[in-house]
Amino acid sequence: MPRELIKGNEAVVKAAILAGCQAYFGYPITPASEIAEAAAKYFPLVGRTFIQAESEIASIQMVYGAAGGGVRVMTASSGPGISLKQEGISYCAGAELPCVIADIMRGGPGLGNIAPEQSDYHQVVKGGGHGNYRCIVLAPNSAQEMCDLTIKAFDLADQYRTPVYVVTDGYIGQMMEQVNFPTAVQHPKRHDWGVHGDDATRKNLINSIYLDPDELEEHNRKLQKKYAEIERKEVLVDEYRTRDAELLVIGYGIISRILRTTVDLAREQGIKVGLLRPVTLWPFPAKRIQKLCERVQAIQVVELSNGQMVEDVRLAVEGRKPVKFYGRMGGSVPSAQELLGVIRKL
Amino acid sequence: MYEKYLEKSASFYPEYPRKSGNQSVTHYCPGCGHGIAHKYIAEALDDLKLTERTVLISPVGCSVFAYYYFDVGNLQAAHGRAPAVATGIKRINPHSIVISYQGDGDLAAIGGDEIIHAANRGERLTVFFVNNAIYGMTGGQMAPTTLVGQQTTTSPRGRNIHNEGYPIRMCELISALEAPVYVERVSLHSPGARAKARKAIRKALENQVQGKGFSFVEILAQCPTGWKVSAPDSLKWIEEKMLPYYPVQVFRDKSAEAEGWAPPDVAYSDADVLQLIELPLEDEAAPAARPKVPEQYRNPRIKIAGFGGQGVLLLGVAMAQLGMMEGYNVSWLPSYGPEMRGGTAHCHVNISDTPIGSPLVSASTVCVAFNKPSLEKFEKEMARGGLLIYNTSMIDIQPTRKDVEWLPIPASEIASQMGNIRFANMVVLGAFIQKTGLINMETAIKGLPAFIKAKKLIAENVKALENGAAFVRGELKI
Repeated sequence: MPRELIKGNEAVVKAAILAGCQAYFGYPITPASEIAEAAAKYFPLVGRTFIQAESEIASIQMVYGAAGGGVRVMTASSGPGISLKQEGISYCAGAELPCVIADIMRGGPGLGNIAPEQSDYHQVVKGGGHGNYRCIVLAPNSAQEMCDLTIKAFDLADQYRTPVYVVTDGYIGQMMEQVNFPTAVQHPKRHDWGVHGDDATRKNLINSIYLDPDELEEHNRKLQKKYAEIERKEVLVDEYRTRDAELLVIGYGIISRILRTTVDLAREQGIKVGLLRPVTLWPFPAKRIQKLCERVQAIQVVELSNGQMVEDVRLAVEGRKPVKFYGRMGGSVPSAQELLGVIRKL
Repeated sequence: MYEKYLEKSASFYPEYPRKSGNQSVTHYCPGCGHGIAHKYIAEALDDLKLTERTVLISPVGCSVFAYYYFDVGNLQAAHGRAPAVATGIKRINPHSIVISYQGDGDLAAIGGDEIIHAANRGERLTVFFVNNAIYGMTGGQMAPTTLVGQQTTTSPRGRNIHNEGYPIRMCELISALEAPVYVERVSLHSPGARAKARKAIRKALENQVQGKGFSFVEILAQCPTGWKVSAPDSLKWIEEKMLPYYPVQVFRDKSAEAEGWAPPDVAYSDADVLQLIELPLEDEAAPAARPKVPEQYRNPRIKIAGFGGQGVLLLGVAMAQLGMMEGYNVSWLPSYGPEMRGGTAHCHVNISDTPIGSPLVSASTVCVAFNKPSLEKFEKEMARGGLLIYNTSMIDIQPTRKDVEWLPIPASEIASQMGNIRFANMVVLGAFIQKTGLINMETAIKGLPAFIKAKKLIAENVKALENGAAFVRGELKI
């Protein structure tokens, strides 16, 4: 198995190539630029397309165009760029075009800064753009998962014909860790529903406009049915020492890594705490949290934000147990010791 | 007994199955210019035998429903984004004929960026730009091409140059770029003008067939509804109002000399792909038995700090790389934020027997300080009993912590004596290896090319490692 010490951002690109991604369209932004740079380096070497677009808006529309051709395609950005891409993501969702969007979150709002935050949760999990749609959101917390979940993102995007996010923070994107890459190489293929520029697909139409209200409602109902199926089948969750936990901490991305250390520190002090990490932010592991509510006395949510995911935790818990929130913003990342102090107050 | 001479182009659907409502008529208003433009395009596709491999990008505006009529592959695009969508699909289907058909609000206002950059990249596309000086679909608002003084629902007192500026001339703008091959403005106001329009449309398509690059045809078209004139008067309106401002002419024609190009079609094997993206095909040999590591040096949490340019980040990568080669779990996290653009740099490295939770190092068990500010800053946060390695060449003070182990080393001087101060980080690496025994020296020498990319520097870096180790053994005096 090919093994490499590699940044999470670069692992995304090699994984995308191994997944048969045909084209990358992007725009530079810190802390996601290594993705565009690695794509610029490697995509053309293996006969794939790389274009640095004139804007985030254009890059996602190029994704729309290539996805309409029925191939695997991706882009990447960070908060401010994702805001700009929301138009195109809504169109991809509406036209049921599969694509993968990596979001390496930074500080906001506005220009904010380039330090890690998790403040894009609302805009990626709750829709972000206009209309009744959802995107699958995968949240890796290691370089290995940046590889594995990127490949999974392409599979899910194809299976459900929907945009899929790979969302993480600047730390997981910039950090180097060992990644074991798969040896299986998928070569680019084309879906039959795509417009290939040939006679066989001449009747195909990629479209999100339904002028007639009944038709548009029917289209929306079809989308909702698909989202319901995703919610049933595609929840991914990771747990650490929850078996006998009396307290539950919940976090994703870099926070879940820090919380893992915090859990060990707390256990050394006799505090029975376990960690739940949503791997899919949507669909959200609400059922699993409800199940753990039967046993744990309290829940602590930690995010690098003002408290965005905690809303979904509270919706899942429905008041059964107290849900506390601890957040840092602006790029300050708490240490494991700092979070131990938070847990001790529970 | 009839013989049929005139029939609908085969590139149109005979009826319009993609349309709801009456499928035998178009949705365009009587007298609209779109019908003529559509017809010329469809007939050109027939004659050039392109129908099967054509992809039409339908825009936003009156021609949003162009896909109702053309029996070709079709992508409907967001307002203004047709050239970007066209770029996306053309790049993955180079053999196809991709047409971006846009109106004036779409192309020249909200999509101004996309059209300029598609043109500037020289995308092998054909763009038909229908300019009728008004937003027709949304009910007659001002377009970027609306004429000075022209009344619209959003310029009710007429377009005022002090408030709205001047009408934009897209052909002139695009022909200022280097890449476009063919740029022409035509009009639909008279039979003679229409003949030229028909010809231009063909040429713009033929250019794409031959892979010649970006072709742009602006079509001055009538909108009797938006202009609130009769259909016959709308033709006069073009002639009298539009032609003086929008001259009908060829702005650029490099069709004859431009060379056709298509991306090479190469097949890559699995092994090709793995090699080209620099993933090793073979499993590396199992690591040699590790030396026995004293308890206090196991599972180190390492903080390395110094000035930018002292090789701080690279030393961290090296430790992580070698740790990985020895079979440990490893992580490397660079200092993050404005300091990485100059001033001090630091990084966090973990080398561990067990999976790594937090990659952030707060209570370091190994601290490497290359300069005085780093020693002062990071000494304080070390764990008790940790190992403090500091570069005495750049630090003229003593550490203050008595509860950590000191390893002073004149790393910069050792490196300078070798002829290059930049080897200081590898001197420190050698010292770290010798001191902790975490990594075999053979592994380090074997692993060096993974992080020292310049082949000619490998031998000297090996020497720096050995010098660092020799210093710790007391065999190298400075």
